[in-house]
Amino acid sequence: MTLLDTQRGFRDHILAGTDAPLPGAPERGLAVYRHAYRAQLVASLRDTFEKTWTWLGDDAFDKAARQYVEAHAPKSWTLNEYGDEFVRTLRALYPGDAEVAELAWLDWHLRRAFDGPDGDAITPEALGQVDWDHAVLIFVPTLTMGEVATNCAAIWGALANNETPPAAQRLAVPATIRIWRSGLTPKYRTIETFEQRALTLAMAGSGFADLCALLVEDGDADRAAQDVGAALASWLRDGLIRAARTP
Amino acid sequence: MTAIPLFEGFGLGLRPPHFNEFLERDDLVDFVEVISENFMVPGGRPLHVLDKVRERYPVAMHGVSMSIGSADGVKLDYLRRLKALATRVDPLWVSDHLCWTGVEGFNSHDLLPMPYTEEAMDLVCANIARAQDVLERPILMENASTYLTFADDQMTEWEFISEMCRRTGCYLLLDVNNIYVSGTNHGFDMDAYLAGIPADRVRQMHLAGHSQGRELLIDTHDEPVPDPVWALYKKAVERFGARASMIERDDNIPPLAELLAELDVARQKAGDWTRAA
Repeated sequence: MTLLDTQRGFRDHILAGTDAPLPGAPERGLAVYRHAYRAQLVASLRDTFEKTWTWLGDDAFDKAARQYVEAHAPKSWTLNEYGDEFVRTLRALYPGDAEVAELAWLDWHLRRAFDGPDGDAITPEALGQVDWDHAVLIFVPTLTMGEVATNCAAIWGALANNETPPAAQRLAVPATIRIWRSGLTPKYRTIETFEQRALTLAMAGSGFADLCALLVEDGDADRAAQDVGAALASWLRDGLIRAARTP
Repeated sequence: MTAIPLFEGFGLGLRPPHFNEFLERDDLVDFVEVISENFMVPGGRPLHVLDKVRERYPVAMHGVSMSIGSADGVKLDYLRRLKALATRVDPLWVSDHLCWTGVEGFNSHDLLPMPYTEEAMDLVCANIARAQDVLERPILMENASTYLTFADDQMTEWEFISEMCRRTGCYLLLDVNNIYVSGTNHGFDMDAYLAGIPADRVRQMHLAGHSQGRELLIDTHDEPVPDPVWALYKKAVERFGARASMIERDDNIPPLAELLAELDVARQKAGDWTRAA
């Protein structure tokens, strides 16, 4: 048997998770490796999805994690990338409890922001010389957005502060949460529909003047101008803008 | 390839619960060891902490994902990322384990055992040569704890390690706890193991604790160093002399003061044994 054959057999044995014999290797040792493989991955999911784990409790979380591990063999050299489909697994396991998958979505993206690419935000003073007719906003590389249907943000925040979380509730209308890292700290904020539309356009590369024009088309011009100004101030205050460039 | 000079000191692994203390003090240890993969990230707090700690302490880089024993070879993208970190850190050395972690796109994230065969020897040596070539430095290989041996083994672990060093010029990170765990599990002669290791290649030693499983000792790294490991460390110090030594604690991590006290014990014992020798 070649080394490659041995390693393929070992891999298949671990993945199968059964005590079927592997030629040339004793069962009592194989059992340790089968167990360690699963324990390590469940521990990794607990670490990445910490608030989801707290929300569900040990038994329910580990049951979901073990199901995920059996269906998803790691492919990357880094455990950081393990769990990228866990949100989908939780959505399927908890169709009537949407907050579970949404908490996991928050956990996953806040972890991505934690050690994501650096990108210093600019200060309001740096915008003094910007030609707003042609400026395109460049955002910090960790910025991402997602739509949620529940009060997952309030639950996550309470769990992070060791407070009693509120009961899960569906929102009257879906909300948008943006996630980013400010300095060294991952952050999230629930934003209004107007800001979500503005940010979507800006992140897609629309120039600031075009962005204003598009948003004004939909409603009252004065109100839209105020809202764009408020959104820009919020982005600056939160450290979302890396640069305002003129093409 | 440049030789790795001796470094005689006592260190600890840099773990998140202790980040702040290592950022505030520059006299806690002689060196710190970091898990390379934890810092092979795009940015954020981990790299910020590492840069600051590096300003205060020599750093040894210790990896878990090189998979030097994979039959389908070491991965170039991984080695390039590791090299980028090494360039940033300027470490004492870069180490990983004599094991395989996956094959053909699968990664177990566990340190899986090698069969000690001539074929495995050729493969491991070729992979080490490739890694050292990409990293442009000799690397240290650590003996892993193992829970089985293969029926077609053609040599002992120490014979494999000795020949691997001779062929590749790599160095060794000798994990004393792992020798004890594997030796107990497989019933090999630990004195013969130490005697078979080429002394001039040893650059670092790990000390750790383990747990008793149902049938086997398990390398859990979640307990203080037990007496049998101290006893084996004494023999290692007597044979290899003073080498960079550290307490490796990965789980059930106590307050830093507790680990520093345990490290002081290692320092005291090693000093006594070295003088006596």
